[in-house]
Amino acid sequence: MWKINVKTIVAIGIGAALFFVLGRFVAIPSPVPNVTICIQYGLLAFMAALFGPIAGCLIGLIGHFLIDLSWGWGVWWSWVIASACFGFVVGLLGNRTRLAFGQFGKKGAINFNLAQAIAHAGAWIVIAPVLDILIYQEPANKVFIQGGVSALSNIITTAIVGTLLCFAWAKAVPDKGSLKKEN
Amino acid sequence: MTNLFNYIPRSSIVHKLTGATKLAALLLLTFASMTSFDTRLLGGMVIFAFAMFGVSKIKLKEVAPVLWFTFVFMVLNNLLIYAFSPEEGVAIYGSRTEICHLFGMYYITWEQLFYQLNVVLKYLVMIPLVLLFVSTTNPSEFAASLNRIGVSYKIAFSVALAMRYIPDVQREYHDISLSLQARGVEMTDKEKLLKRIKNVTTILFPLIMTSMQKIEVISNAMELRSFGKEKKRTWYAARPFRKADYAVIAGSVLVVLLSVGLTFLNGGRFYNPFI
Repeated sequence: MWKINVKTIVAIGIGAALFFVLGRFVAIPSPVPNVTICIQYGLLAFMAALFGPIAGCLIGLIGHFLIDLSWGWGVWWSWVIASACFGFVVGLLGNRTRLAFGQFGKKGAINFNLAQAIAHAGAWIVIAPVLDILIYQEPANKVFIQGGVSALSNIITTAIVGTLLCFAWAKAVPDKGSLKKEN
Repeated sequence: MTNLFNYIPRSSIVHKLTGATKLAALLLLTFASMTSFDTRLLGGMVIFAFAMFGVSKIKLKEVAPVLWFTFVFMVLNNLLIYAFSPEEGVAIYGSRTEICHLFGMYYITWEQLFYQLNVVLKYLVMIPLVLLFVSTTNPSEFAASLNRIGVSYKIAFSVALAMRYIPDVQREYHDISLSLQARGVEMTDKEKLLKRIKNVTTILFPLIMTSMQKIEVISNAMELRSFGKEKKRTWYAARPFRKADYAVIAGSVLVVLLSVGLTFLNGGRFYNPFI
């Protein structure tokens, strides 16, 4: 789980590119002004469950950092770090879904969604607001409400997008041991 | 589409610095601006950051859209801060100098205005620095710079891969989206929100599947070339350090020390003019 091999490195690169494109160009405006629905966390959760915590952490970190750079509005480290933590936690908890072996059933889906919900809550209700207070000294009630709203909308989108992705992926790759030797 | 990061090639002192220097300076200066709430330091950094635009021969007009966008964002954020916590400044500075009363719990105080001025200054330091970094640094130098400032070259290579494949992924996303729309999958706001998320997700399946194949192909190619066997690697885009590079890094370190020093001097992160 903790080893970085060549495949992990490539997965981080491509994953960050996907995260960037989805986060930068695919904005679905929500009914609440100024809050867009972030499809990219569904992808990040999927990649993290597949490639482990280090990949998840770095995809979130690099992807979010590049998005901030390309907008040119400054790098908001508090939220970049929260993205990285989200990927890390999903990779850590979602590792038991056996997604890497091409298996993803009801149990896997529950495991995956529990992992992503915990990770989102931790990232947006704890890490991002606390860092916002530490770095920018913003009022506590403001950042916690912002964090709560983003956590909720992210959990819902990740539940839809991420779970569908996992199911599709498990269908597309052959199960481990699905080939039998003929006598 | 190809110029995602808004690199503007010019011939200036700032452009001639190595990417590693600019990255290190960016990180150090943002760190200084994040830790300190000293108005004098922040103000000085804002003046410095905008002056650097002149030195690097990047005109403010060229980055105006981003500046406008951030300006709107900044105003909104400040209004939100005020709406949620109109007495934040009073709590921070420990005194209360009322200017006038608006309505209900909303008063305007000098402390609140001063606190929000600091918040604005923090934005104003960060934004030009990042803009300057992206517009004067060639993206292909970015991975080499990361490696130079101490990031493992494997991770730096991931960043390089990400930059390399962003245009590819973008093109693929666009192609798949068009072909799905031709088949009648609605992705504009005519559709209801939940349905729309689901429809956008349908683009993801082919996109992810091809990306997974790509991961396979690229990692095989890299393994065939023994990637990751040695402890170090060289970079085509890397440039040697010169005197100016050392000077800039030393200057940035000084600013960080100044910010830390001021924190001790002020007995906290805030500079309090109300005592």
